[in-house]
Amino acid sequence: MGLQTLDLKQRSATTTPSPQAKSNVTEVAKLIDVSKCIGCKACQVACSEWNDLKEEIGFNHGTYDNPRDLTENSWTVMRFSEVEMKEGEEARLEWLIRKDGCMHCADPGCLKACPAPGAIVQYANGIVDFNQESCIGCGNCITGCPFNVPRISQKDSKAYKCSLCSDRVSVGLEPACVKTCPTGAISFGSKEDMTDLAEERVVDLVERGYKTAGLYDPKGVGGTHVMYVLKHADQPMLYAGLPADPSVAFSVELWKGGLKPLALLGMGAAMLGGLLHYLKVGPNDADAEEKEKEAS
Amino acid sequence: MDMNRRQFFKVCSAGIGGSSIAALGFSVKPALAEARNFKLARTTETRNTCPYCSVGCGIIMYSLGDKSKNVKAEIIHIEGDPDHPVNRGTLCPKGAGLMGFIHSENRLKHPEYRAPGSKEWKRISWDEAFGKIAKLMKDDRDKNFVAKTDDGLTVNRWLTTGFLAASASSNESGYITHKVVRSMGMLVFDNQARV
Repeated sequence: MGLQTLDLKQRSATTTPSPQAKSNVTEVAKLIDVSKCIGCKACQVACSEWNDLKEEIGFNHGTYDNPRDLTENSWTVMRFSEVEMKEGEEARLEWLIRKDGCMHCADPGCLKACPAPGAIVQYANGIVDFNQESCIGCGNCITGCPFNVPRISQKDSKAYKCSLCSDRVSVGLEPACVKTCPTGAISFGSKEDMTDLAEERVVDLVERGYKTAGLYDPKGVGGTHVMYVLKHADQPMLYAGLPADPSVAFSVELWKGGLKPLALLGMGAAMLGGLLHYLKVGPNDADAEEKEKEAS
Repeated sequence: MDMNRRQFFKVCSAGIGGSSIAALGFSVKPALAEARNFKLARTTETRNTCPYCSVGCGIIMYSLGDKSKNVKAEIIHIEGDPDHPVNRGTLCPKGAGLMGFIHSENRLKHPEYRAPGSKEWKRISWDEAFGKIAKLMKDDRDKNFVAKTDDGLTVNRWLTTGFLAASASSNESGYITHKVVRSMGMLVFDNQARV
């Protein structure tokens, strides 16, 4: 049992509460400044090097996206979007590049949807991590994720995604992608510091003419521990379909939030009823009739 | 397995009961979570310079073991050197992927020689390689060195051989390379310091 167990905030499919006393843990965050990103993919390489992953050599699909989508071996990918921005009469081509990967939501839909005890955990510092040992490969985390991030491996039928390098962060290091980023587009620190840094960047971008620049820290999922500085924060969809107002799916909320306690209550009531029935009426001797027949 | 109707119901109800108890929080096995172990904990750190371009980023190579007598070191990870003034810990995708370079099957580890017209590369010793290079250079220089042009101007130049130097050299090795090459009159001289 590692010490990290003490710093858990939530565990999937577990009704016993996690230790809550250590409430003063600093929340961490990764800030991705899309306006500084050149799409070099050093973060992708650093991610696979650190996590001992090797993506298969793929195919060119006519874009710079490589691989084309997140996989169990590629926990982060750069998504390239060519967008025509209207400026009065003129249209200007913009090449928007977004580093996609787990957003580490404060209110994680994957964790809510997961039926395997302890397969998804949320640490007190905000990191949402998958524990493949306990994963049963049902894929509910994919349904629960508002950002379509987890991927199930064909090899072992277990779900994988960015861990925000929880093994590095737990010893006081920054995630591998943050460290390697040559342009400084990715930063890491306390969530508070990252929010402040984002504000500075937004002011700078607005001064440079990007009137709609802003921070992407969607409230629908309780805020995220991976945030973006976007030049067009009013239209996040431009960035390869980044959802404007993500939230945990209603079905997941209903099933795990509303119906589950009711079901548990029902189960408890049934068990209590059974016990009371046993105490009051006693066991039902089903073989009594046969015995009587045999006896007569 | 033989099972009558009544036993089947017993097994089913035991299963449902068990899972209900687990769902109510009386879990059979505590759901523990453990962050993965930090893989570099006691590895040996060795500083070096990235061999690719002339930016010359500092890297740290992490190898297995603590250099004890009985341990054969193996590089298991490479990262940028945070104390290096050039890159301060960052690395481009090529530098970040240096592990592939180090463990590549195609990596050249010793001098090889391919005779003119031959398809085969043959491993040779460093002594043999240096001897061959020196001899070829001398032969070519003796043949093609130009001391004076036709109109009598002293130039002392050697245009038929070129020299390609390394990218991530220090100032000192760059100075020495320059002295060696220019002292022979060689003009065609390049390195990768043009980023």
